Formats: sequence, C-alpha cells, structure tokens
Amino acid sequence: MPENNQASNKPKMMGSQSIVFHNPPYIIAASSVTGKKEGEGPLGHFFDLVQEDPLIGKDTWEEAESEFMKLAAQIAIQKAGLTNKDIRYMVAGDLLGQLIASSFGVAELGIPYFGLFGACSTMGEAISIASIIIDGGFADKVLAATSSHFAGAEKQFRFPLDYGNQRPYSASWTVTGSGAVILSDQKGNNKGRAIRVKGVTTGKIVDYGIKDPMNMGAAMAPAACDTIKSHLEDFNVKPDHYDRIITGDLGYVGSAILIDLLKEHNIDISNNHMDCGKEIFDQESQDTHAGGSGCACSAVTFASYVLKQLEEGAWKRVLFLPTGSLHSKVSYNEGNTMPGIAHAVVVEAE
Amino acid sequence: MSKRNVNVSQVIQEKDTKKRNQMYNKYVDQMTPKNSLPKNMVGAFLVGGIICTIGQFFTNYYMTLGADKETAKAYNTITLVFLSILLTGIGIYQKLAKFGGAGTLVPITGFANSVAAPAVEYKKEGQVFGIGVNIFTIAGPVILYGIFSSWVLGLIYYIFKYLI
Repeated sequence: MPENNQASNKPKMMGSQSIVFHNPPYIIAASSVTGKKEGEGPLGHFFDLVQEDPLIGKDTWEEAESEFMKLAAQIAIQKAGLTNKDIRYMVAGDLLGQLIASSFGVAELGIPYFGLFGACSTMGEAISIASIIIDGGFADKVLAATSSHFAGAEKQFRFPLDYGNQRPYSASWTVTGSGAVILSDQKGNNKGRAIRVKGVTTGKIVDYGIKDPMNMGAAMAPAACDTIKSHLEDFNVKPDHYDRIITGDLGYVGSAILIDLLKEHNIDISNNHMDCGKEIFDQESQDTHAGGSGCACSAVTFASYVLKQLEEGAWKRVLFLPTGSLHSKVSYNEGNTMPGIAHAVVVEAE
Repeated sequence: MSKRNVNVSQVIQEKDTKKRNQMYNKYVDQMTPKNSLPKNMVGAFLVGGIICTIGQFFTNYYMTLGADKETAKAYNTITLVFLSILLTGIGIYQKLAKFGGAGTLVPITGFANSVAAPAVEYKKEGQVFGIGVNIFTIAGPVILYGIFSSWVLGLIYYIFKYLI
C-alpha cells in the first residue's frame, strides 16, 4: 500500500518510533533572539539579536516572552525573504501554563497555528511535526519556534526573583529568548550548503523516578538515552554516523549521566556529544551552576551555532535531540516524579 | 538501602521498576556535586552573626533613646524588617542571601524577604488577585504552622501546669 501519492515503495516508517522522509524539508532560514546574559555568553556573537532589557519594554515577563517569540518569527521570515502570508503553518510552544507566551506572541502574525507542549524538548518536537507536515505534502513552508524566559520560568516553577535562597550546583539557569526555523519543500537561497531534515525519532516518556526539580538533567537523561538508543536501532547506524549528537539542556550533571547510561548499552557518545546547556553559558563567570535550560536553550543554540557549522561545512550531519521534563508545580507538590522526553531530528548538510 | 555505592550497570540491569528508580536516585546522588557544607556554614555564621549584631546595636540604641528593654526589642524588629524589605525591593537582598544562606533566612529578615519578594513579583497581576492572593505564598507555612505549634505547646503547657 503506497504511503503517499508518489508511486514509491520505500517505507517512511523506520523501526519502532522513527520516520525517514522521502522529501526531506529544507531549513531555509533560522533566527535566534536572546536576553542579555545569553548575549554575554560564549555563543553571544552567533545570535541574531540580543535584547538588553529583559522586559523589552513590555509590562510583564509573559508579554516579554511573547515579544521574544514574535521577534524570532519575524526575523526568520525576513531572512528567508518571505512574508507572513507565505508561511502555511506555525508550530510553537513554551513553558508557561496554557502556552500563553506562544499564543500571544503569534497572534499578530496571522499564521495558522499549532500550539504544542514538550517542555524543553519543544524545539525537537516542533521541527519534527513541521517536517512531517512538509514531507507529507500538507504545506510548503512551516515555521517552528519556541521560547522561554528566566523570570517567567522562575515565577511559574520556583520562587519570586527577589526571594533570598541558595541554588544548588545541580540547578540550571533558564535561557531567556526564542529560536525559530523555517522549513520548506524547496531549497532556499541562504549562502552556504543547503540543510535538510532527513528523519525524526519521536521520544517516549521515560521516568526513572527523580523528584528533584533542582536536578532536571538527571531527570531527563534516561529519556535522552532511550531516544538515542531507539534512533540508532531504527536507522541501523552507529554514533559516529553523526558529527555531533546534540542534547538540549542536560547540563553538566545530566550529560555525564547520559554518557554513563549509554555505555551500559554499548553506545559511546563521549567523543561527539554536545549539550546546548553547557555551551550557552560560561559556568565559571556567569554563575549558572549546571548550565542553561528552557525551551530556548536548545532552540537558539541550534538556530545559530549548530546551523552555521552545517552551512559552512564544519559538520555534515547532526542528531539534534532536546530533552524536556513533563512535570508541573502541581504534579511536584502532589509527590510525583519528573518524567522526561527527548525528540530527535536528523539534520544534514548537502 | 546499604551505604555502598551504586554503579550505573546495576541501575540498567534492574528489572523491577521501583527498585531501578531507587537505585537511579542513589546513583544520581553520587554523580551530583554538592554545595560545600563548610563554606555554607561559614557564610551563614558570618552573615547571620552580623545581622544579629546589627540588631543588638539597634536595641541598645533605642534603649539609650529612653525605651525600656521590651519596647526597644520591638523597635529593633521593626527596623530589621524595614531594612530587609528595602534591600529586597532594590534587589540587594538576593545577593546577600546567596552567600549568607541560613544566615539571612533564619533571622526575621528571612521572613520579611519572603513576604516582600512575592509582593514585588505579583504586582503585575493586580492588587487583589496578584499581591493579595500571592503575598504569603512562601511565608504561609511559617505563619500557619508557627501559630499552630504555639497552640499545641500552649495546650501541653496547660495540661502539665493545671491538670497534672
């Protein structure tokens, strides 16, 4: 039975939880807008726009986060040489309750919108779904975006900003910003090599019973391990098939745990693992403890630094799998654990 | 659970989910760097001590102004609460607490900060549903269980003094 309109007998479903695209979408543009702290970090000069004011002139953190997302979307659309009308769908999400940052951010853009929640794995989920929409012939151009805001996240999940508490070493620092990519069924006119999403591996929720929201890297590492293992099995490749295997915000603690867990499955990623949370901040000078976190951590790093390496030929192929922790304040208070998930996309330069 | 170290192989090989999760928690605990207890204790001692010394200074000062000891102590409490709220409002308190830890938390300054911080944060959601609802979000347990335990101890005291 044909999987699509084209007369093709090649399967699209791979293994147990993966897809290989017949018409791999092109990433024709990307944008990254961040706050001041991120701009001062090691990747600061890669970002498209750094906003010094964490409120961007708005009244509340939530409105500011919406503005970050709106800016990221607009810059990406502009870089692609398109208008809002050219974008068929927008797929976006954030950390806030009921996704208010995304909804209010995209409202003015006038683009048909799918909101989704994947916590910090949202960028992986958004790119996955956008790619599926394009490969299936359901759209020609889709924008995938996500955002997070340090102050908004602290208010939602932890304490008011001025509250005097000490953060443990395993705590992470939520990245303020937004990252967006535009996927298309046609090659774009960006300089450098064309970049395509070749396939996706969708994560399962994996829970090893961590209850400590100050140690999210440890909570999410098993999910990343499961997705990587499933992906390598589904596609029948080894870790060195990829120049980099990139996680979102496992941080220093979570990354060490991930490498350990994978070694038990005879998978060694110690040579090509990269974690956006470790790269985005300088641990010593910026006092960010275990590293960066939040949806924007993986999004802005991917949209700026990672895509640049692919465009310029430094890397040929990466596996990008941001991780998320699917808990809420309520679930935590009610004594539940923090279930993790990781969504992987295969991104390749031609 | 025994005190010996868990290695990750044991975690992966464990078939029973509950046991596996327990072992994973132990393994994570081994892998996670801890804040230095000696460093924290020194910080708490210094900052807490300085705050209490400042408090004593104020108490003595109010007594020289003519107040009796109890009144002077009350004025001291008011002064420390005021200073704590002021420092919270201008964003300095958090920096002090990062180093001081329990030294800032345990004196009355900690309580004042825990009320002032949400008041600042939730102003954006309005006077009633923002500040009104959320102002005691951190201090609430302190107020509730402080008063409750006073009542329990009062009851015990009453029983022992008058009934036994």
